[in-house]
Amino acid sequence: MIAYLLRRAAWGALVVWLVATLVFVVYFAVPRDVARLIAGRQASEETLAVVRARLGLDQPLIVQYGRYLGRLTKGDLGESFITQEPVTTIIARDIPVTASLAIGGAALWLLLGISAGVVAAARPRSRIDRAITAVALFFYSMPSFLVGQLLLFFLFFQFYLAGIELFPPGSYVPLSEDPLQWMRFLILPWLTIALVTGAIYARLTRGAMLEALGEDYIRTARAKGLSERRVILRHALRSSLSPVVTQFGIDIGSLLGGAIVTEVVFGLPGLGREVVQAILKQDLPVIIGVTILSSALVVGANLLVDLLHAALDPRVRV
Amino acid sequence: MSMTATDSEHVLLDVRDLNVSFDSPDGVVEAVRNVSFKLDQGRTLGIVGESGSGKSVSTQSIVGLVQGARISGQARFDGRDLLMLAQPELRAIRGPGIAMIFQNPMSCLHPLYPVGWQIMEMIRAHQSVSRSQARLRAIELLGQVGIPRPDVRVDDYPHQYSGGMLQRAMIAMAIALNPRVLIADEPTTALDVTVQAQILRLLRHIQEQFGTAIIMITHDLGVVSEIADDVMVMYAGRAMEQASREALLRRPRHPYTQGLLRSRPQADSLGRALTSIPGQPPSLIAGARGCPFQPRCTQAISRCATDMPPLAVLAADGNDPHRSACWLTQAEDAP
Repeated sequence: MIAYLLRRAAWGALVVWLVATLVFVVYFAVPRDVARLIAGRQASEETLAVVRARLGLDQPLIVQYGRYLGRLTKGDLGESFITQEPVTTIIARDIPVTASLAIGGAALWLLLGISAGVVAAARPRSRIDRAITAVALFFYSMPSFLVGQLLLFFLFFQFYLAGIELFPPGSYVPLSEDPLQWMRFLILPWLTIALVTGAIYARLTRGAMLEALGEDYIRTARAKGLSERRVILRHALRSSLSPVVTQFGIDIGSLLGGAIVTEVVFGLPGLGREVVQAILKQDLPVIIGVTILSSALVVGANLLVDLLHAALDPRVRV
Repeated sequence: MSMTATDSEHVLLDVRDLNVSFDSPDGVVEAVRNVSFKLDQGRTLGIVGESGSGKSVSTQSIVGLVQGARISGQARFDGRDLLMLAQPELRAIRGPGIAMIFQNPMSCLHPLYPVGWQIMEMIRAHQSVSRSQARLRAIELLGQVGIPRPDVRVDDYPHQYSGGMLQRAMIAMAIALNPRVLIADEPTTALDVTVQAQILRLLRHIQEQFGTAIIMITHDLGVVSEIADDVMVMYAGRAMEQASREALLRRPRHPYTQGLLRSRPQADSLGRALTSIPGQPPSLIAGARGCPFQPRCTQAISRCATDMPPLAVLAADGNDPHRSACWLTQAEDAP
């Protein structure tokens, strides 16, 4: 198991290195005058030369690549072309917002999706099952920005018209300052992420539960005289968690994408909004920094999922 | 069986006119029809039949393990009619009153929980004992059923056990609360022959030790001859023949039972071709007339196609009446 995890970690490091190389190629190796990008269109040749020298752009490509990787291993992501701020500072400032959004959204989607799937599977083909399946299909077929807009319209705008500011967008209060306000400003973004992805989990959990409920060991559990509640939650749900965790490992990657869209829709000052602006302004160090960070996060999260798998299934541990 | 007072005292489970049917897209499936049987304390009733004969459904339906079925009849256990009880009351009986083991031990234990945990869960669902007490009991039980080093193996997961050990663990779980009835539903079918014999020996040992009454469901007459005191042969949801083991094996009366006995390999049949019963088991969709075995029966007479023979007593020799549902055998014994 440990050897397996080490191997997975090595593969993860390789993936991050590949991503780092790829962004380097895309942004620095292709013919593009980075110095002019920074110095502006009116800059003289002398200014451009100074900028090139300062950024090391006058060096051969291989030297630039070596320096770039060297800085990366030290955790130095460079400075923003626009604000001259270190990219690490920008990330450190924005990441609490994105982390709050992504972790809260994922927790809510797992909670909503799994419980809806369990309730539906407990009474297959019942009215509640049909209702859950229909609602899941509804959200499943909607893009997340539309869900966000709908939530804003019904849960913010309608109340706003009535003079109640229920869940206003565009604000963020750190969890450490005021947990209630933190939740108040994040609840609609969370729902946006959770409803769309949670719908997949409702369907997935329902299917896995129905399969588990048909297993011989469920009949054993009932023959033991256990309550139906215990049969469903301790026996059937326990077996249904493995496919859910597998799917979760896949979805962690798209979670960041969903967070970007959601941050833009709700005007949250997170990494997503930052990177959208950076792309518009061609602020390369910020784009590169966020890209490498997200790939590292996805790799790390997948390692966690592997560990979770081992914790869930004794047959995986060996 | 005469219903004297002393008789009914020993009867643990008294099932009468049990009918179980399901709705299916093709019509009503009558899985069990008018089945009656009694189980005495400390005795073993063998229920024999091929798959789909209703032998499992008839026992699972009386303890409430069959969902979505229409069930009628009576099943008296402990002074109560099980078929009238609600699920919570049935749950209290499943385990301490009537315990079950099943065919495929590899899939009957939850793969993600340790074996001991699953035995402890059985105990703690019905008795208020501490975790450590339940664990000690689980270790004791595993030892009783012959698991080596039970104090270590108690924490193993099912995939670390062999098939025979898993069935032993299932038996340990089933006897954890000292049930009065143990329903063993094809407990040896999925196991190697040598392991089969061990499991049957273990069940007999448990019966001697605790006086547990056993219902042994099987398709294998060899198992019946090993362990059963009384036998009921089922076909297409009906009881075809009921007798003591000796009477049934010595002189089977129903053509279906005769066919089953003939199609069974024996040491002295070496070199001879095995006979099989021609044809397929019938559909259980309601509406069929006559004896369900008639299409496959070599001795059928014209009446068999139209009327279902009742399960009639052939020879009432003492306490063990021999019953058969066949026009031929009833004609033979007609006064």
